[in-house]
Amino acid sequence: MTATLTEYTGVIPEKRQITNKPRFSDKVFRFIVTSGGFTSLIILGLIALFLLLRGLPVIKDMGFGFITGFEWNPGDPENGVPVKFGIGAMLIGTIVVAVIGLIMALPIAVGTALFLTYYAPEGVKKPLTIAVDLMAAIPSVIYGLWGFFVLMSHAVYWEKLIHKYLGFIPFFKMQAPVYERSPFIAGIVVGIMIIPIITAISREVFSQVPLDRIQAAYALGATKWTMIRSVVLPFGSSGVAGGAMLGLGRAMGETIAIYLVLNIYFSPNFQVLFSAGGNVASLIVSKFGEAGEYELRGLMAAGLILFIVTLIVNFLSNAIVKRTSRTGK
Amino acid sequence: MATLDYSSVKPQKPWRLDSKQLALNSGIFIIAILLTPVLLNITALNGKLGGAFIFIVLATAGNILLSVIRQGVKTISTSIAASLIYVATGLVLLPLASVLITVIMRGKDAIRFNTLTQDMRFSQPDAAFTEGGALHAILGTVEIVLIASIICVPLGILTALYLTEIKGRFENLVRFLVQAMSGVPSIVAGLFIYSVLIVTLGAKYSAFAGALALSILMLPTVARTSEEVLKLIPNDLREAGVALGATQWRTVAMVVVPAAKSGILTAVILGVARVAGETAPLLLTILGNTSTHLNPFDGPVAALPLYTFSLMKTGLEVAVNRAWGGALILLTLVLILFITARLLSGKKR
Repeated sequence: MTATLTEYTGVIPEKRQITNKPRFSDKVFRFIVTSGGFTSLIILGLIALFLLLRGLPVIKDMGFGFITGFEWNPGDPENGVPVKFGIGAMLIGTIVVAVIGLIMALPIAVGTALFLTYYAPEGVKKPLTIAVDLMAAIPSVIYGLWGFFVLMSHAVYWEKLIHKYLGFIPFFKMQAPVYERSPFIAGIVVGIMIIPIITAISREVFSQVPLDRIQAAYALGATKWTMIRSVVLPFGSSGVAGGAMLGLGRAMGETIAIYLVLNIYFSPNFQVLFSAGGNVASLIVSKFGEAGEYELRGLMAAGLILFIVTLIVNFLSNAIVKRTSRTGK
Repeated sequence: MATLDYSSVKPQKPWRLDSKQLALNSGIFIIAILLTPVLLNITALNGKLGGAFIFIVLATAGNILLSVIRQGVKTISTSIAASLIYVATGLVLLPLASVLITVIMRGKDAIRFNTLTQDMRFSQPDAAFTEGGALHAILGTVEIVLIASIICVPLGILTALYLTEIKGRFENLVRFLVQAMSGVPSIVAGLFIYSVLIVTLGAKYSAFAGALALSILMLPTVARTSEEVLKLIPNDLREAGVALGATQWRTVAMVVVPAAKSGILTAVILGVARVAGETAPLLLTILGNTSTHLNPFDGPVAALPLYTFSLMKTGLEVAVNRAWGGALILLTLVLILFITARLLSGKKR
């Protein structure tokens, strides 16, 4: 018994067109996502544009002296005091503090990263990683508070020791015995704040070292340290350099902690133990409250310079880190 | 032929210290602890940190000496390096512990019940702790952070989707810009919003302005973390969605994003934790206030970091203690966010 096939009499649909054109909904989706993806470009562009527009008159009036000048004076037209805005001292101060911070942070951060990758027992690794991440999460106002009330008294004591025994080095000379609120102390605070970034990046790079090279070193009779020296450090050095630059960028843009700890003073000071220094970001905070319209424009120009400097440092460091992770060399 | 009885073979670990060596090691530590106070009295060093310094030097020297005796002079660089690496790790933990302990010890006196229920409208900064509180600052921070999240989270997720789903021509450029944006100093973000909103458009200081400044700082964190999470979603899921006839939009909205839900939530929380403690941009955009002010578009608002900052700047002893209280509340908030993010991301793997 077989079922007879009845002839199909309905409408046979036409063959569907095969196409790789996106549907309308996908076009909308891609448009929205793409335009969302360009937010960062738009914001960065707008920041540069607005700070430039606002700050341009001051940069024009001051010329190159805006960067090289050491005086910040809103002027007094009645008494014939000229307006003078120059952030030279603050730029020098920014670099001094950031470099001190980096010198403090780099060995400690690299040591911690080595500990986390090669020395720490399994049970210690995770809590320690969390602790380092936590350090990055603590707000900078708390670091400033701690730096002023807790660290300062200890640091002044170290400064006196350094001055006593290393005072012959020009950097450690003192024009007057005032040790509080010095670039040295601000540098320590900033150093503590950038340790987590450098540690995280160094750890990432160290964990990418090929296992066969490590094992080859051990097979040739290397101890743990000789292995690290001959395999891990050469492999990771440029990544660590990138991390250090990223930390430097952070240190240059740090505001509140430095404003609370450092004695802001408009004169270039290379005596790191002496209580005078500055930083472009803290200049903006300290002058913002009482600034008139023209001075505000000056602050915007200072912000623009800071923005450009940190952007360049950041670009360079990202390029370095990226090169390491791509080529693995 | 006799077979080897492998059950009797034990793995050898010649590097493991036996009980005698362990006793010697801990002996070194005990001697270092005992000698510390003695040396502290003799030398010019003093205080807790001086003691810690002497102890670290003594213990390190002892350990190096011990390993030289055991393994010979050739390994001296190895043992010195190991000691230095341990010391570096200790130097990381020291400030962290110090910050946490100080904030808790100094802040706890300033925390009373009324700290959470009153604002500073009727109280001077140096009034007794039983009077006034940080309610206005807590509400302000919550309000600002909420608005910032509403602005920033969609943009951050869209950026991450562009990097992982569309992978357009500008993928590398966008990734580069997001990374560059994460380095924008917080004060510059504040200055930018100030110059646009308050100077150019003539708006007032407000919670909204503060939220805009914070969302600039928050965007890179949200975008980068979400990107990492979306990268972890297996491609099979996307292919399965498309194979079932879904458009890309349906695949992303119904399959990919739901699969990455908890990861994206982690990204948002990390972003919030990143900006909750920012002071500098708020200083230029919300100005601060002593009374509770809830309208986000009109008038100065208070926030916890700013509350802490301005109280500390008064320099009065009681006000500074109050500032430590504000720091403790802020730290607690950040810690809660941090731990939540940890738990969420830990559960996934």
